[in-house]
Amino acid sequence: MMQPFETHTGIAVPLIADDINTDQIAPVAAMRSLKPDYKALLFMRARRRDDGSADESFVLNQPQFRNPGILVTGHNFGAGSSREAAVWGMLANNIRVIVARSFADIYRENCLQNGLLPIVLSPSDAQAFEQRVIAVDGAAPFTVDLRAQRISGPGGGDIAFDIPATDRIRLLEGLDDIGLTLKHVEEIASWERRTAADQPWLQVARDCRA
Amino acid sequence: MPQTLFDKIWDAHLVAPRADGRELIYIDRHVLHELHAPHAFEQLHKQGRPVRRPDLTFSMQDHTVATQPGRDDNTNPSGAAFLRAMREGSRRNGIRLFDISDPEQGICHVVAPELGMVLPGATHAVPDSHASTVGGLGALAFGCGTSELAHILATQVMALKRPKRMLIRLEGSLPAHVGAKDVALRLIGDLGVSGARGYAVEYAGAAVGAMSIEARMTLCNLNIEMGGRSGFVAPDESVFSWLAGQPFAPVGAMWDCALAHWRTLKSDAGARFDREHVLDTSALEPQVTWGTNPSQVLGISARVPDPGAAADGRRPVLESALVYMGLAPGMALADLPVNRVFIGSCTNSRLSDLQAAAAIVRGRHVAEGVIAMVVPGSTSVKRAAEAAGLDRIFRDAGFFWGESGCSMCAGGNGDRGVPGERCISTTNRNFEHRQGSNVRTHLASPQTAAASAIAGRIADVRQLGSL
Repeated sequence: MMQPFETHTGIAVPLIADDINTDQIAPVAAMRSLKPDYKALLFMRARRRDDGSADESFVLNQPQFRNPGILVTGHNFGAGSSREAAVWGMLANNIRVIVARSFADIYRENCLQNGLLPIVLSPSDAQAFEQRVIAVDGAAPFTVDLRAQRISGPGGGDIAFDIPATDRIRLLEGLDDIGLTLKHVEEIASWERRTAADQPWLQVARDCRA
Repeated sequence: MPQTLFDKIWDAHLVAPRADGRELIYIDRHVLHELHAPHAFEQLHKQGRPVRRPDLTFSMQDHTVATQPGRDDNTNPSGAAFLRAMREGSRRNGIRLFDISDPEQGICHVVAPELGMVLPGATHAVPDSHASTVGGLGALAFGCGTSELAHILATQVMALKRPKRMLIRLEGSLPAHVGAKDVALRLIGDLGVSGARGYAVEYAGAAVGAMSIEARMTLCNLNIEMGGRSGFVAPDESVFSWLAGQPFAPVGAMWDCALAHWRTLKSDAGARFDREHVLDTSALEPQVTWGTNPSQVLGISARVPDPGAAADGRRPVLESALVYMGLAPGMALADLPVNRVFIGSCTNSRLSDLQAAAAIVRGRHVAEGVIAMVVPGSTSVKRAAEAAGLDRIFRDAGFFWGESGCSMCAGGNGDRGVPGERCISTTNRNFEHRQGSNVRTHLASPQTAAASAIAGRIADVRQLGSL
């Protein structure tokens, strides 16, 4: 069941680039078992040089970012595959907030499904926040308060953020998405009965050779 | 008020608004694969939740299956656990499984339409971003993650926010040797990798109408590469004849009723779209990607771009793509030597794709030192290709002819290139390391890939005489 999200405090990691895709976040090559090491899988490629040694130039390998809490990134974050490992890898590293210029649709949904808060700031706030994150360079944490819809931390005043009310409540309460839908089970059954009468081919998927 | 086809299908599947404001959309067909479904099966098992409609759900083994002849569960050792978990989860929940040895096994996006599980005006979900492939038949499809997959299994609905609508009109005709893959790549190049984010895309226009059903599937397959979750073509008579007689399609009186309904499935004249985009395909060249995302694409006669000429903000991205790809500004795309050629994937592995490639390969041979593979999209496609003698054409030319699966598209089955190789591939993503560590992927059509295999370099299929 999803962990409710109230506030999260952690080191903000600047990974300022656009179009970071799920093959970068969680490579298929790292998913060779049903239960891979999600912590190690996150950005596995970028973390290592071709000879296998740690690439210290990659931000998550730098000492001040070894215990991340918040990822700060560019446009269209999470493009590509629908693989949810790209969110599970974040959670395994205690990254429970991603502040991006924008998110790919399926990735954003996968975040919400797992209690990871996806934040998009206004362009001017985003730029200011990125500069603060770069300037503090992991020396002090930021706090994200979902109830108050504010980010606070070093280098300036609080930054307000918008999030659709429905997504906010779902995260705050850690709502069980399936349970929420099953409250409508009568309406689902009634849709099925109506469709079986009006468009019966939709309610039957039978192999006519059988 | 005039309505778009998207809105008609959406409204017809709207079960109820949920308490949190999302809309519950009924899913008519749900197709699973073994890379993601086992986790959802386990989740439901722990929660003690049954699968609501196993009769509308199908399981495929595709992402991790080996392609070697005579394969079994262990041919790709890392796939065995996925295959077994899929088998067990499907059995426990009463879901029909197209297992590794099934005569109709294959890639979920290829098998579902060819068996008639996909119907015009129906909704369709797959835990895979290329779900909208089946939009080629006029179905509204949604790619989804593992949690959403579990949600659909338990409820048969998705909780969604209504997307905006985009119309892409493809005007004009398609030149010889230019097909749906080239059109789709050009669109991604023009609109960008997030150009369709937040939209359901309807493809229309003369060039779409002239496309075969399989070509329309290629077009819709690549919709996600510009960020669009759903993309489709309004169904026409060619779709209905394609579907008629397929095993899971309706029969008899039900077929007649369905057909009468399907003929009404179109956007009304004057329906409003939130965005419209027009591409005239008449002068389109074969397209090849040069970079590390599908929008970094050019016509085959173009030269590698110069980051110095780009706006400041874009320069580092272009420079880094050039470094990864081992290219310099101004190099001609055609003539770049290739080490590996892959023809397959949900994008380009249907019979017409293999026929188009075979027509180029016939009587020729793969260039020395080039590793070339053809992996049919389904075991049915493989059988049909073999009946038509295509396997002989490929084998005689020096291609590997594999068993069906996703193979080198994402490399989840162990089919991967070796570091530094340049690979021309009919797949959908040229992301760094996707086809193997430091493999340099160029996306192209089956014809371009075939011509490049023969030439040993990226080749313009229109200039076959000079190969």
